[in-house]
Amino acid sequence: MEIDPFIFRLSIFILSIFIGYYVVWSVTPSLHTPLMSVTNAISSVIIVGAIIAALSGSSDKIFEVSKIFGFLAIVLAAVNIFGGFMVTQRMLQMYKKKKK
Amino acid sequence: MSANLSALFYLLSGILFILALRGLSSPETSRQGNYFGIAGMIIAIIVTFLSVGNLGIGLIYVLVFLLIGGSIGAFIAFRIPMTAMPELVAGFHSLVGLAAVFVAISAFLKPEAFNLGTVGNIKLASLIEMSLGAAIGAITFSGSIIAFLKLRGIMSGSPITFNGQHFINLLLGLAIIFLIYYLCSTQLSNAFWSIIILSFLVGVLLIIPIGGADMPVVISMLNSYSGWAAAGIGFTLENTALIITGALVGSSGAILSYIMCKGMNRSFFNVILGGWGATDQTSKSQNVEQKPVKNGNADDAAFLMKNASSVIIVPGYGMAVAQAQHALREMVDALKKNGVKVSYAIHPVAGRMPGHMNVLLAEANVPYDEVFELEEINNDFANCDVAYVIGANDVTNPVAKSDPESPIYGMPVLDVEKSKSVLFVKRSLSPGYAGIDNDLFYRDNTLMLFADAKKMTEEIVKSL
Repeated sequence: MEIDPFIFRLSIFILSIFIGYYVVWSVTPSLHTPLMSVTNAISSVIIVGAIIAALSGSSDKIFEVSKIFGFLAIVLAAVNIFGGFMVTQRMLQMYKKKKK
Repeated sequence: MSANLSALFYLLSGILFILALRGLSSPETSRQGNYFGIAGMIIAIIVTFLSVGNLGIGLIYVLVFLLIGGSIGAFIAFRIPMTAMPELVAGFHSLVGLAAVFVAISAFLKPEAFNLGTVGNIKLASLIEMSLGAAIGAITFSGSIIAFLKLRGIMSGSPITFNGQHFINLLLGLAIIFLIYYLCSTQLSNAFWSIIILSFLVGVLLIIPIGGADMPVVISMLNSYSGWAAAGIGFTLENTALIITGALVGSSGAILSYIMCKGMNRSFFNVILGGWGATDQTSKSQNVEQKPVKNGNADDAAFLMKNASSVIIVPGYGMAVAQAQHALREMVDALKKNGVKVSYAIHPVAGRMPGHMNVLLAEANVPYDEVFELEEINNDFANCDVAYVIGANDVTNPVAKSDPESPIYGMPVLDVEKSKSVLFVKRSLSPGYAGIDNDLFYRDNTLMLFADAKKMTEEIVKSL
């Protein structure tokens, strides 16, 4: 019998939760704020869904409703991607060692 | 680009995201980690363009909207002061939530674009996944908006409660589950819209009863939700990068919520079901009689600290409000010149989000190896001459160790009272967020410095 591809995706999902669990426990508490801003940025990879929504179908009907939602989602996700990574970078630049 | 090849590239960007989080295990590797994250994102976006194929005029529109969003994001990232980080993160969470809702709506309106079937005949599994993604996304959006308004001070930080609140939430939750079932059996679009509207409502109702100082839990929880929403959409779109990322972010937020709850010795449900200030009336107004306190000024404080051999600084939310971190750093520099050993003690729930104090101190150029977590430094208070408490209150209250009646009993606290003398910078004697009196104010070895945290610290610098 064939295995439903859904089961494979579920396996990836569950294994990733475990990876996340171990990786996040090893994050030093002083970097918890950058952790939140970077997770924010990477969860905006949802932009791939928005791009597919915006580009699907024939390109002469640019402004159908489903595409407009796609474009709006692109703007929102892009704010997050640029804002999230840049603000994380800004914070991480500040963490310096004691000058000896 | 073939579907198999793009799936492999999505896997690669998922791995890069894992490495981005892995980098945060130390400040040394963290910057490199952030570049991995950026690389993962670029790969995911380019692969998406290549796999859609027939780009045409649409590509230009996509790039334009991408640039509009990107420049807004970049502008915010450059302009935002570090003290506003909690509300920024809350605001960003709301955007992820709303983006998830929009993608779900788009998939519902035009399922053929995502290979999910046709309108009115969407695959059952996809329907469940997209409605879950939309529901969690909507809760994340409206909940984060409320958190943002509370953190920004536009909305009062005090809990808003009313009778039957939990019952209504339960009812709404059940209604959403029923509507998802109904949507799956009838494919009616009204059911889909109702799910989204009810979820917006749940998000608002879930966050309004939670008070200001519980915000670290709320922000972490919403962080987690934004991850689960992304994962839900990832299943709908059958996209590995989204599934991996959603799982990572979801578990990251969940762990942070757990750490924050542990820092307050409260269960997650206790926090979610409403704040301390609202539920606890018993031990609030017991000690109303005026007890004597020792009142000091900046010169006294400067004298005490100058002659100390070691000083521990305990910052709290008040330091963030007063923006006192730079003045604090100047004070510490002056003390170091006098040969005083200075370190910082950070309670896990100090401030309004996980790691809030660490970022502010880093901004003021405090080296991170002078900053310690509660477990690392708590034993040092016994050997320290002066503890300088700036803007913290409940996290230093010894009542948490001694009085089983107290609402904060059992919460891990910094053993500030064990140091030879305690300097407490505070605007008034008013109780902290938990609504309980701090026994520390009335101790013999405590000197109260009634002033704004920044002004007092600046004055101390002057008299040093």
